[in-house]
Amino acid sequence: MIYPYELKKKEKEIYLLEKLNDLTVHHVKNSNAYKAMIEKSRGFMLAKSLGEVPYLPVQLFKLMDLMSVSQAQVVKVLTSSGTTGQQVSKIYLDKETAVSQAKALVDVMRPVLGGKRLPMIILDTKSVLKDRRSFSARGAGILGFSTFGRKHFYALNDDMTMDWSGLEDFLEKHKGSKIMLFGFTFMIWKYVYQESVRRCIKVDMGDSVLIHGGGWKKLQEEAVDANTFKKKLFEQMGIRHIHNYYGMVEQVGSIFIECAQGHLHTPKYADVIIRDPITFDPIPYGSQGLIQVMSVLPKSYPGHSLLTEDLGTILGEDDCLCGWKGKYFEVAGRIPKAELRGCSDTFALGQRGGNG
Amino acid sequence: MNTQKLKSVFAEALDIEESFITDELTYNSIAEWDSVAHMALVAEIDDQFDIMLDTDDVLDLSSFSKAKEILTKYDIAFD
Repeated sequence: MIYPYELKKKEKEIYLLEKLNDLTVHHVKNSNAYKAMIEKSRGFMLAKSLGEVPYLPVQLFKLMDLMSVSQAQVVKVLTSSGTTGQQVSKIYLDKETAVSQAKALVDVMRPVLGGKRLPMIILDTKSVLKDRRSFSARGAGILGFSTFGRKHFYALNDDMTMDWSGLEDFLEKHKGSKIMLFGFTFMIWKYVYQESVRRCIKVDMGDSVLIHGGGWKKLQEEAVDANTFKKKLFEQMGIRHIHNYYGMVEQVGSIFIECAQGHLHTPKYADVIIRDPITFDPIPYGSQGLIQVMSVLPKSYPGHSLLTEDLGTILGEDDCLCGWKGKYFEVAGRIPKAELRGCSDTFALGQRGGNG
Repeated sequence: MNTQKLKSVFAEALDIEESFITDELTYNSIAEWDSVAHMALVAEIDDQFDIMLDTDDVLDLSSFSKAKEILTKYDIAFD
């Protein structure tokens, strides 16, 4: 039994359904905006299955400030990444939700990283953390994963160039010990890997594990898939173990990490449902559709059930060769821009009462 | 002695006056002790006491008194 991947289908559904129903009640009571949306859709009722738990489109957090606590209780505001001029999501965390988020991350990562903190290389710039109260998705990711590390070293200078000599010193100092690396997929590829190829700098990280996330969109344009990424980073930098993760600032607790088989897994307190992009009905395992994410952690804002703009496929449940229980899945990427209009329709549909 | 040492570690890492540091001082209760400062605090504790806190302890370390309790597990005695 590997916590938090130990619950099988039946017991997990019972556990999640109770918690998610409690959260729906909690948010109806504490957020007028959420209450209005639920009432305008199909009216409040308890879900009898996970598929019935009402969901909000994830883009809604870009349009509205949604919270189920008072402003005074907010200790942290997370914002989504977004290019300049684009609206960003704002996620409000109180102390309780911020703490459970940090704990969940440790639980989810423990089977991969262990309980001992490792010398850590952050493949990013330190300037991401400049604003102390409001964190971008990048900052929140770095800070969250920093818990697993010690002697943190930021490998990129503020101008996004690599600090090669700093890296060399770090590796020399921690020779022989296992090290951890963290970063965002595209930035690692562009500013670390490609830069090292261009400058003909080969590095051997030794016993090392890299955790990366943020999506493959830009790498797909360059025809780089997960296997290529792993292979190239091993060849060029000697990174032995590489685990991708899928998650979003809009839903705390939903961190899905790749197992040894390269599949993203749902931990005990989170789940995914794949929905048809047109009808929004849940579709069978093995078919690609829109990813709905559910988590029992979001208490300070109504984000326990969200329909994302990502396409994915559930590959199976409880039977991954890695031994972890729960659903395992893959993410194909963002729905094409042309369909984004369909996405704002989700909001309209949610109001009318989609079968969420 | 270790209480005083831990106090200076807190003061240094959080950049606050030692007089603010009491057993009741808790994480996120003052602007200076936020998640960024927490990482600096943990690093400073590691260095000054020559230990390596486990991941779980980094999260549990939510007040000055809790810090003493945790450090006791690493054979650091407080009077």
